[in-house]
Amino acid sequence: MNPSFLPSRRKVLQGLGAAAAATAFPRYAYAADPLKIGLILPMTGPFASTGRQITAACKLYLQTHGDSVAGRKVELIIKDDTGLAPETTKRIAQEMVVQDRITVLAGFGLTPLAFAAAPVATEAKVPMIVMAAGTEVIPQRSPFIVRTGFTLPQNTAPVALWAAQNNIKRVFSLVTDYAPGHDSEKTFVNRFKAAGGTIIEAVRTPLRNPDYAPFLQRAKDSKADALFVFVPSGEGLAVMKQFEERGLKQTGMKMIGPGDVVDDDILVSIGAPAVGVITSMHYSAAHDSPENKAYVAAMTKANPGMRPNFHSVGGWDGMHLIYEAVKKQPNGNGQQLVEAMKGMKWTSPRGPMMIDPATRDVIQNVYLRETRMVNGEPWNIEFAKFENVKPSGDL
Amino acid sequence: MSEPGPAGAVAPRLPTDRWRAAEIVFWLALVAAFFLFPQHRVLGSQILITALFAVSLDLILGYAGIVSLGHAAYFGLGAYVAGILAVHGWGEPISGLLIAGLAGALFGFATSILVVRGSDLAQLMVTLGIGLMMYELANQLSSITGGADGLSGVAMNKLLGAFSFDLAGSTAYVYSVVVLFLLFVVARRIVASPFGLSLRGVRENRKRMPAIGAPVTRRLIAVYTVSAAMAGVAGGLLTQTTQFVGLDVFGFPRSADLMIMLVLGGAGRLYGGIVGAAVFMLAHHWLSDLNPIYWQFWLGLLLVVVVLFARGGLLGAIDVVRGRFGGRER
Repeated sequence: MNPSFLPSRRKVLQGLGAAAAATAFPRYAYAADPLKIGLILPMTGPFASTGRQITAACKLYLQTHGDSVAGRKVELIIKDDTGLAPETTKRIAQEMVVQDRITVLAGFGLTPLAFAAAPVATEAKVPMIVMAAGTEVIPQRSPFIVRTGFTLPQNTAPVALWAAQNNIKRVFSLVTDYAPGHDSEKTFVNRFKAAGGTIIEAVRTPLRNPDYAPFLQRAKDSKADALFVFVPSGEGLAVMKQFEERGLKQTGMKMIGPGDVVDDDILVSIGAPAVGVITSMHYSAAHDSPENKAYVAAMTKANPGMRPNFHSVGGWDGMHLIYEAVKKQPNGNGQQLVEAMKGMKWTSPRGPMMIDPATRDVIQNVYLRETRMVNGEPWNIEFAKFENVKPSGDL
Repeated sequence: MSEPGPAGAVAPRLPTDRWRAAEIVFWLALVAAFFLFPQHRVLGSQILITALFAVSLDLILGYAGIVSLGHAAYFGLGAYVAGILAVHGWGEPISGLLIAGLAGALFGFATSILVVRGSDLAQLMVTLGIGLMMYELANQLSSITGGADGLSGVAMNKLLGAFSFDLAGSTAYVYSVVVLFLLFVVARRIVASPFGLSLRGVRENRKRMPAIGAPVTRRLIAVYTVSAAMAGVAGGLLTQTTQFVGLDVFGFPRSADLMIMLVLGGAGRLYGGIVGAAVFMLAHHWLSDLNPIYWQFWLGLLLVVVVLFARGGLLGAIDVVRGRFGGRER
């Protein structure tokens, strides 16, 4: 055998030394360490639209802002948790931490899924960016959670005030029976009553496979002035269809609520029945600002046929938050990144927003909108705004 | 399901209870997987838990011929019992698991009386109904179960006072392997006993069994209760290793997937459940990694192919291949 074929003893020792050195300091990030962002989202199943919107926004952010930040290459790892199985979400989060060694966990389409993953973030000391799930208490579940989406109290309080001031006296409330729905119902009922209104009845529909017909019939029979609705993104289509078919609008009943029911993602499919719905929300694709015009144009160009919705800006701003935090702390650990995120302020397509240093939750403007036809398509047109609304919904 | 079991056509003696070499290799492989794939221990533990659940279904479906689309009722009950115990301070895993199994057994016994009376179709409907009722019950009792938001705050003590449930899933994997093995031994013993043979008799011809003096209903109630207990343990195991319980433990998809796994692996041969669960979940994991959006198509295709070309599931296909290439006569 040709002796030069065998590695020399020195080479072997060098190799071993290098390997030992590499394993001795595995935790320290160096400049070329990639910034791995683990996105866990429902990409299939009933909540797939949330996953689609957020991944589209995150990819667009990467395209427009470059795929490296502070010298670190950005890698997006996208995984489907199907939206319904919390133990899958948790398992994926664990695998991302143990196997992929991600820097940041992000996504989280529904509240139960964020709850399930929270202990992983705490134990692994990895920032967890909640882009979609909207129950107020989520950031309390782990000191590593930072939210870039919204909270339900935030998006509900303004419309409660508007209803009370606009001659709506008696309201029938319909929410989905899970934490965000409870949050929304509680906020609306408390604030509307405090402002002098009456709640005729508050019903809750199941989260999975709901049938809205009987509930809307009850709402119709109640002869309320308005129907307050919260359903998760995507479900609005079924609600609006029943609202139209049962002729609630013809009885003069107004539909109000947080903006989820007239989600931009499905608004075109809903079409004319949505006209006249009054909602309050932090984002409308029709928001009038140069940032938003550029954002909507870029999103529509990259994803033909898709109109960006409020979940997509949660993804977009989540990416922005991660980029900015890494710029401040290029090689920061999880704790340092979370510290860097606290108190950060910027102008998003949705308008000005900031991360509350105390709660790690989002403080932002919330707008009152009316759904109107513009150029043959329905849009949520903003007509009033509440500035810097807190996560608790205090105006 | 109508084909004779492995020992069906042989001389009238009890099936041999001796461990075959292939079985020993199989269990050693599960141990080896712990060391070979240290990064996949979390997935591994969830596969093992699902495998245990599949074995419990195999006892009633593969051996006794009871079709069930609601086996998640017992799995979910075990999961919630273990979870609620841990939330209220009973964080000791092993006793928690036993109580979860006991809860499954009690509920299984109570409902078995409804299930074992009917024909196949009636059994499907009754089990489906039980599953849906449990789901809705857990959804409504949100003060106890956390409703649709799931039960969080499940704090487990260290296993045996020494091993905490870690992020990498090492404790979860070992714990799951040991529990699966112990309960598998029990299930193996049951199906190889005269009692197990009488179950196969019931499966093959329910009307004839009373003629040879076998009390059909009592046998079915007994095996259903054992199966429910095993499902309860599997549920408890899932709760303890993930420290979270979601409503989906009672969900219809869990029962339906389970039946798919069992048919995929091969019903009526105990190992079929384990192999089916492993193949189904690994395919799911691998395909959804390749493409997070369209992976379900490929999974569906795999199932169609297996059902078309591998009767008796994957293990059945292996038997056919072995028979064709001069494998041992059985």
